[in-house]
Amino acid sequence: MEILLAIAIMALGAVVLGAALGFASVKFKVEGDPLVDKIEAILPQTQCGQCGYPGCKPYAEAIAKGECDINRCPPGGTEGVQRLADLLGREVKPLDAEEKPKAVAVIDENTCIGCTLCIQACPVDAIVGAAKQMHTIIAQQCTGCELCLPPCPVECISMQPIGENIENWKWKHPILAIKPVPPAVHAKEAA
Amino acid sequence: MPMNLFTFKGGVKPPTHKTQSVGLPIAVAPLPSRLVVPLHQSIGGTPQPVVAAGDKVLKGQLVGEADGWISAAVHAPTSGTVLEVGPHVQPHPSGLDAPCVVIAPDGQDRWIERQPFDHAAASPDETRRHLQRSGVVGLGGAVFPTHGKLTPAKSVAMAELVINGAECEPFITCDDLLMRERADDVVRGIGIFRDLLQPQKVLIGIEDNKPQAAAAMRAAVAAAGEDFAVIEVPTLYPAGGAKQLIRVLTGKEVPAAKRSTDLGVQCFNVATAYTAWRAIAHGEPVVSRLVTVAGNVRQARNYEVPIGAPMDEVLALAGPQPDTDGIVMGGPMMGFLVPDSRAPVVKATNCLIAHSARLFPPKAPEMPCIRCGACAEVCPHELQPFELYWFARAKNFGKTQEYALFDCIECGCCSYVCPSRIPLVHYFRFAKSEIWAREREKNAADEAKARYEFKQWRDEREKAEKAERLAKAAANQVSRKAAEATGEAPADAEKAAKTAAIQAAMERAKAQREAAQPKNTESLTPEQQQATAEIEARRAAAHLGDSEQP
Repeated sequence: MEILLAIAIMALGAVVLGAALGFASVKFKVEGDPLVDKIEAILPQTQCGQCGYPGCKPYAEAIAKGECDINRCPPGGTEGVQRLADLLGREVKPLDAEEKPKAVAVIDENTCIGCTLCIQACPVDAIVGAAKQMHTIIAQQCTGCELCLPPCPVECISMQPIGENIENWKWKHPILAIKPVPPAVHAKEAA
Repeated sequence: MPMNLFTFKGGVKPPTHKTQSVGLPIAVAPLPSRLVVPLHQSIGGTPQPVVAAGDKVLKGQLVGEADGWISAAVHAPTSGTVLEVGPHVQPHPSGLDAPCVVIAPDGQDRWIERQPFDHAAASPDETRRHLQRSGVVGLGGAVFPTHGKLTPAKSVAMAELVINGAECEPFITCDDLLMRERADDVVRGIGIFRDLLQPQKVLIGIEDNKPQAAAAMRAAVAAAGEDFAVIEVPTLYPAGGAKQLIRVLTGKEVPAAKRSTDLGVQCFNVATAYTAWRAIAHGEPVVSRLVTVAGNVRQARNYEVPIGAPMDEVLALAGPQPDTDGIVMGGPMMGFLVPDSRAPVVKATNCLIAHSARLFPPKAPEMPCIRCGACAEVCPHELQPFELYWFARAKNFGKTQEYALFDCIECGCCSYVCPSRIPLVHYFRFAKSEIWAREREKNAADEAKARYEFKQWRDEREKAEKAERLAKAAANQVSRKAAEATGEAPADAEKAAKTAAIQAAMERAKAQREAAQPKNTESLTPEQQQATAEIEARRAAAHLGDSEQP
């Protein structure tokens, strides 16, 4: 008799908790995949497609599903791989492409024929111009994705690296500077 | 006026080295061979150049126009010719270039026409704009545009105006000499700030190792008939930090991530008040500043140096010793070794110290942190530098911000006392600039994402619009065909209307053609008419009718 009571109590508990969980999963349903958003926040949003996916979000979705590696984003660099590895608990891998310095596209305005092909290719609308009018790039908005280079029929777009300037200069990590000792000192010590 | 003073926690007492440079009065530095005037000399927007190579400029003429409200104008420090507007090395730890106006002095030092500004008649806004146009910025070292600090906060009544004459950093005496020699103008400048901000009290804080400056200021205040309080504060580095001086004089502690204006306190340097007065009363923009030249030199002294003078030429005035191996801009606590001695003197340059291994012996190598806590004891902002150090070193920037990295004023007290000689401030600067860089990258990424998503949405919309158009056209086609197939009843009326319209248009065209007769066929002589008739007859014979009448 007692054993039946115990089973009944456990069964009742299971039903109540199950109902609560079921209610919670409907009531507090999370729209979208929070992991994808977290991954996307790490990606540099250049929308360059160098990872083989048509934009940063598809790449983030592919990573979240475990379909592809975390080392396929050259603009994110080694640091991006490191941060993705930290987030996902995966192993850090070397970047599968060359890491390039940051650059902006520049149109040689004398050569531009105004074909608008680059305007259509730019994923962030950073090129202004109209048909048969000169085009130019808004350097501040350019992500350096290089997607405008292949469509240009006259090859008037080039990538120019953004060098170090006073605005973006950073203090370096303090490290012990190893200075060469002049040979005279060596000679003295030896003597 | 007896007054209770407060104290701030921490602080250090490094040797002051101030006596060497106070013996001689201020000297006016001779004009250098050429002046390199950086356009970006204050916090905020980079002024736009308004001169070009080859232009003749007069002393005080505008060369860079303020870009935005938080930005201050830049002027020619002497008369001469503009050689170029281009990048030149900056007095910055990076040693990188930035746009400058290079001027070859003509030796005459001729002023542009100077217009005194009647601030009593002008509105406060006009006065602020005049100060911006005159390039008045905070000369204590932060070079924040002064006009931007002269608007009283709306939420809090302005209680105290604090004037900073503490000058706590070793070697530097330019504010001391300024107060000794030009106290009257400083006090009048403070009067302008008082008029604009309407504080209840004006407190002038001067460290008690400058009794002559304090006496001169008291005399000037009395002579001007003002009720400013000149208060001598204990000599303790960094008493001249704005938040420290406010704490000592008013007892108010400015909370993290808040400004002193939120507490009804505003703070200005004495040299800023002086330049503000020159700009108002004499119409003179900021074209020079006092610079202490000290350190490893034969005769340390304060010079009034035109902005843009090369540092090596300024240092040469004081006679650097032969073993000088560099120039420190600012004091030994907060300054930095200038990477290139040709860098120009700017509005932020309060002191140039000739560096030598004798004066500043090279530090022994950094040793591991022993967690002694000495840095936390001296930190005037009550931070925990050793914790910040661990996190900065490990590049754990989130944690550094949790430990209030951005409250650090980089005063250097922690590095000064560290028994392991760890360059703590260097670690904090590294962490700050990394965080700023990440912030910039994050903002750029967010913007790129928003633009990309907008473009995708627009592409989708265009695609949808096109599809809709095509669908409509296809539907029309289908309905017409269906109508033709199922007897033309519904289309009949439509068709008849169309035919009628076409018919009417043809009629109109014909009428127009007939109305437009050739203009050369009127008033012809009989001979001409006959000739025409003959030609027409021949044409008819050859079956060549008018094209209109086939």
